[in-house]
Amino acid sequence: METVTNQLVSIEKPEIVAPPDWQPVIIGILCNWCSYAGSDLTGTSRLQYPPNIRIIRVPCSSRVDTWFLIKSLQTTADGVLVSGCHPGDCHYISGNYFARRRFLVTKKLLNFVGFHENRIQFSWVSAAEGPKFAKVVSKVTEDIKKLGPLHLYKKENFEK
Amino acid sequence: MARVGVFVCFCGANIADYVDVPQVVEEAKRIREVKFAIDYKYMCSDPGQQQIRDAIAQHRLTSIVVAACSPRMHEKTFRKALSDAGMNPYLLEVANIREHSSWVHQKDKKAATEKASDLVRMAVAKSIANEQLHEISVPVTKRALVIGGGIAGIQAALDIADARIPVVLVEKSPSIGGKMAQLDETFPTLDCAQCILTPKMVDVASHPYIELIPYSEVLELQGFVGNYKVKIKKKASYVNFKTCTGCGACWQKCPVKVDNEYNMGIDKRKAIYTPFPQAVPNKPVIDAEHCTMLTKGKCGICAKVCEKGSIDYQMQDEIIEREIGAVVVATGYDMWDPKPYEEYGVGRFKDIITSLEFERMVSANGPTNGLPLRPSDGKVPKNVVFIKCVGSRDEAKGISYCSKICCMYTTKHTILLHHKVHDSHAYVFYMDIRAAGKGYEEFVEKAQVDTGTTYLRGRVSKIYKKGDKLMVRGEDAQIGQVVEVEADLVVLATAVSAPKDNPDLARLLGISYDKYGYLSEAHPKLRPVETAKAGIFLAGCTQAPKDIPETVSQASACAAKVCGLFAGDTMKKDPMISTVNTEYCSGCQNCVKVCPYGAIVTDEVPFGHGSKELRTVAKINEGVCQGCGSCVAICRSTAINLAGFTDPQIINEIVSI
Repeated sequence: METVTNQLVSIEKPEIVAPPDWQPVIIGILCNWCSYAGSDLTGTSRLQYPPNIRIIRVPCSSRVDTWFLIKSLQTTADGVLVSGCHPGDCHYISGNYFARRRFLVTKKLLNFVGFHENRIQFSWVSAAEGPKFAKVVSKVTEDIKKLGPLHLYKKENFEK
Repeated sequence: MARVGVFVCFCGANIADYVDVPQVVEEAKRIREVKFAIDYKYMCSDPGQQQIRDAIAQHRLTSIVVAACSPRMHEKTFRKALSDAGMNPYLLEVANIREHSSWVHQKDKKAATEKASDLVRMAVAKSIANEQLHEISVPVTKRALVIGGGIAGIQAALDIADARIPVVLVEKSPSIGGKMAQLDETFPTLDCAQCILTPKMVDVASHPYIELIPYSEVLELQGFVGNYKVKIKKKASYVNFKTCTGCGACWQKCPVKVDNEYNMGIDKRKAIYTPFPQAVPNKPVIDAEHCTMLTKGKCGICAKVCEKGSIDYQMQDEIIEREIGAVVVATGYDMWDPKPYEEYGVGRFKDIITSLEFERMVSANGPTNGLPLRPSDGKVPKNVVFIKCVGSRDEAKGISYCSKICCMYTTKHTILLHHKVHDSHAYVFYMDIRAAGKGYEEFVEKAQVDTGTTYLRGRVSKIYKKGDKLMVRGEDAQIGQVVEVEADLVVLATAVSAPKDNPDLARLLGISYDKYGYLSEAHPKLRPVETAKAGIFLAGCTQAPKDIPETVSQASACAAKVCGLFAGDTMKKDPMISTVNTEYCSGCQNCVKVCPYGAIVTDEVPFGHGSKELRTVAKINEGVCQGCGSCVAICRSTAINLAGFTDPQIINEIVSI
């Protein structure tokens, strides 16, 4: 996989320097029972994190289709965070195990098509882990800022 | 064309201080589909809801977006406002601009406002794809299953049955009663445990609404809330309970002696036995592991002496199936095994016993007729050392939590010792005395005065033998010195631990458990008796260590929950479930494999209109589906969609930012 990836033209353009006021857009797809509840707890505890993330609620991390992730990067987002219940704690018994497997494959796919794999990140945040959610969002935002804007695959670039 | 109404809430100052609410309204008005947008101080208040109701009629709105607190908080409130106005409640979307914006970006009003506007735009985009949904009503089987026949299970079963709801009570051992039946007297009132428990046990056996299935285990649970099917394995007892009178001739004549579990192995029982004289049901069972007739085919004495001919060596395990609507899990606790405490000489010195062994000895119906005796020589001990927190609050060797009951039962033991052996002296090594509870602190203080017990604050570091005595060495932290106590008997207040079968049971029931093996409640404060799986409730120590009053209250709470669940003939169920478009379904059955509930079955449909050839497609049992969406994401032909979280809805959210 490594060698194949190296031969492909990367979609990432490190030579493009982001304007100083550029802020990344990050989509957070959170499961209703653990991570969404955890993000609510971050709010009720008034813990601060960077304002770049836009949160979408799904019932379970297993609902997250690879399509959603690719579509996000294609259209609006510079990075995506998917978060679910800790392995073993899934509200739907085994959903997050399916999600975990799918994400591993998605990462390889991203590498293959030339995205930096940190564009999509996964975490497990329980309903009691408000501080952890703030930490995860801060880290993801930092990572995406380092990677810079995702120019090439934006919808408007296609249309031009 | 969709006509969306947007309602932005100030939430007093909670949102308005950190987000420019009028600006959010202006941004919303710029969206093509938004025909009406307004802000208000408290959207959830009645005047706020009235604005929504009025606007629906005035502006012929087709979906509603409320930008306020988390949907986990007020989604239900606003859905109700929609249905009051004659609109389908599932046409509502909530934009969470409080927990996800104003409260977490308090230092950057501009960014918070921008984010809030984005969240509103996403919600508007999603709401355009919302469909009218209707609650599903499913029938309820009004029968409850109680797993475990200790005090928790007994109380829950009696309370449910008193509401004239049939109960199936499954107990692992030959008799109900549990750990409480092994206790002598109970703190803080020193009530005799048998005197308060055995009448309840008899009530269970004679209650017309309770079906007691002793000596049995739950094998399988299928279905969903209100409609579970349970398989119970009734272990072979080799005694026909219908004809047995419980006369006891069989066990009196049985020649095989086995360690008696009820008395913690201090004395012996026979291979055919009733666990204790007050057992319910009071019928013997044969211990297949030790009975020589069953293992070697020799003996058969019990069959010869039984006048009723109730002994049946050919009896097989039996599988019983019952349809039930709710489950109460009350599997109790295990006593923690103190083996890791090697420095105490556990296992090497006979005169070190556990608290439950001490309890059995001082019990009036115990193996020593109520006298504590040294296991090594059978003498009555004079100096007794009690060591608390053996296993509890000790992460290195045991478990990090406090077992909650040891402080109280050790205090009780010092009193019982004083009652049984008047010239004895008790020493208690402790870390803290935790006596929170009605009348508990008073009980401890009175016990200290009445018994003259020496309390030494500190942990024991070593126990060694000197002659026929045990020397207990520990630190008295209050004088800062190492002390040694010469003891005839040492009693370890061992920790309460989760039943070792709990993880297996949890997997079988589909509920979660914590790192210690205790079953997890849905919410530690507000839903302490429910599990995350609807229709399964927890009572007693299976959830966490607790004393008898707490266990009984939790059991009654479970009963109230079960009765509430069974109050109507049908149950309402969320319509957020998967549906299959059979036109697209290729019949690959990947969805069948990933469904955690077995809600997807296969169906046959004709290939085309009027065709006689059939093809396989997926079919979802809407009563069983819980709406996780695993099947939707796995479906290659996008034939499955999850109501409320359809692909168009989520994609709309993604592309609208």
